[in-house]
Amino acid sequence: MFYREAGQFKATYAADQQLFPIRQDRWAIATILAIAIFIVPLIANDYWFSAILIPLLVFSVAAIGLNILTGYAGQLSLGSAAFMAVGAVAAYNFQLRVPGMPILGSFILGGLSAAAVGVAFGLPSLRIKGFYLAVATLAAQFFIPWLLVKVGWFSNYSASGVITAQAVVIAGYAFDTPIKKYLLVLVIAAVMALLAKNMVRSRIGRAWMAVRDMDVAAEVIGIHMLQTKLLAFAVSSFYCGVAGALYAFAYLGTVQPEDFNLDLSFRILFMIIVGGVGSILGSFLGAAFITLLPIFLDLLLTKLAHGFNLNLQGGAISMAQLVVFGALIIFFLIVEPHGLARLWQIGKEKLRLWPFPY
Amino acid sequence: MSFFFEVLIGGLLAGVMYSLVALGFVLIYKASGVFNFAQGAMVFLAALTFVGLQEKTGLPFWAVLVLTLGVMVALGIATERIVLRPLVNQPQITLFMATIGLAFFLEGAAQMIWGTDVRPLDLGIKDEPIEALMTRFNMVISKFDVFAAGVAGLLVATLAIFFNKTRIGRALRAVADDHQAALAVGIPLKTIWAIVWSVAGFVALVAGLMWGARNGVQFALTFVALKALPVLILGGFESVAGAIVGGLIIGASEKLAEVYLGPHVGGGIEGWFAYVMALLFLLIRPEGLFGEKHIDRV
Repeated sequence: MFYREAGQFKATYAADQQLFPIRQDRWAIATILAIAIFIVPLIANDYWFSAILIPLLVFSVAAIGLNILTGYAGQLSLGSAAFMAVGAVAAYNFQLRVPGMPILGSFILGGLSAAAVGVAFGLPSLRIKGFYLAVATLAAQFFIPWLLVKVGWFSNYSASGVITAQAVVIAGYAFDTPIKKYLLVLVIAAVMALLAKNMVRSRIGRAWMAVRDMDVAAEVIGIHMLQTKLLAFAVSSFYCGVAGALYAFAYLGTVQPEDFNLDLSFRILFMIIVGGVGSILGSFLGAAFITLLPIFLDLLLTKLAHGFNLNLQGGAISMAQLVVFGALIIFFLIVEPHGLARLWQIGKEKLRLWPFPY
Repeated sequence: MSFFFEVLIGGLLAGVMYSLVALGFVLIYKASGVFNFAQGAMVFLAALTFVGLQEKTGLPFWAVLVLTLGVMVALGIATERIVLRPLVNQPQITLFMATIGLAFFLEGAAQMIWGTDVRPLDLGIKDEPIEALMTRFNMVISKFDVFAAGVAGLLVATLAIFFNKTRIGRALRAVADDHQAALAVGIPLKTIWAIVWSVAGFVALVAGLMWGARNGVQFALTFVALKALPVLILGGFESVAGAIVGGLIIGASEKLAEVYLGPHVGGGIEGWFAYVMALLFLLIRPEGLFGEKHIDRV
């Protein structure tokens, strides 16, 4: 009734090709952004910003990165956390060693460094496919953090490779409180999501999807395999790198390469699977789900333990969390293999027809 | 020189241990095309259940072994019914993700039931050097490693007989070759899958006992699976022989690199060396040493 494109005529190509062709969608996005920028800072407290909202947005950027590589270009990767580590350490070093380096420049250069490393580890994808490639990306996952710890220069010779991110100051304005950091991360995530959304509906994105659907066929119709696959690795690693830099500078402040372990890679993979493979919106939904779920489970299980007067130790609760988490992942895959983004799409279709069944 | 051989043999024997874990992966991948990430968790669960039952019930070794095997078979059948059957016809990555979920579930459940302590597991074989070799060749080769290699050899021989000589084994190979053709000649696919997962559970139990006796039964056992992955891609996902040869190559080269290359780069290379090694092999043979060659058609 209220969600219908009837009467919205498109008179120009530009109007036809715009990002959100339906007016209600544009309003919805504007409303969500407005709420995120103006309302959320008013009602949320510091715990919400630093424990939930900032990591949620940071992981969204990483999930977009992995989604570009796995969801759009079809190359399964288990090394996203390693590229985040590269981004974090590179941004730290640019900030440390280049005098007068603007912080945003460091983030971008950190992303570019991650992209270069990503291209290097993407090279095998030209010969190796499927799970063989997935396991090969594990080489990056284990090698890079090791290298970052072993070569002291990367962490300015601190013990076990710990880096302490510098203060975030843009044009003399310090982003020092959780609220300010949240707004900064929000803007960066929004810009990067917009870029990604446009990239995947351009010629590059279509080439990626052709490679994903069948690489031999894509090659036959004239898509340059080397260029397309490596570009996917580069862009994906760039996103992961920026996410890593934000992870260090805006979320934790102090990180060590071991933080970017296989578990983190898996979590990012879970995000795109739960959110929706091959969907930018899905990356956000998945990141929200995977970030909120452990917190929610923790609360719920502690409550339950209290309710039944069970004397659970901390260990048992985290084990129970693991069990429920694993079971939920399986449940989700069985019920909706295309993820939350697909549910959202089905919901929209239903809304357009409402109140009629079809 | 004898030191070189000591390292080499030690590496080969350690490689056999990797092969034990890789075997479980291969069995399931061959028969159902599922890349079962939960194999490591199954190894952990099997070892923990064995030790736990031994502590709780105080039954003799063989009785506990049979009980644990029963648990693993039940788990295999349950996995087929609850996880795999609803996911038939989904893309491989979805199935892979489901097995990661399963891995989380099993790791959590195992520790919830049996606790998180490190437990010793005694198989009656001591992890001490063989004296004859020590006096004659001045080499330190652990008795336990040789025993583990013997068990692995026995396991592979048993599996080979099972696959080649029995009716079920032939059906398994038929399913591995072609699901639809196997269905068409009347092989019950679901039963076969349940059997494969049970056999993988059995392999996990053997691997769990060996690794558990060596390092103690603890959460770190699940990381052993990560060591088995390079073995797997080096040998090829579909090949039992590949798992063995891959394990030997990885084990030997890893130990040699650790001793001869490690000191030059500051140590700690065992975490990634196997992967880089496997990656180099893959660049030459993209489907592993013994994997099936795939011909892409448009």
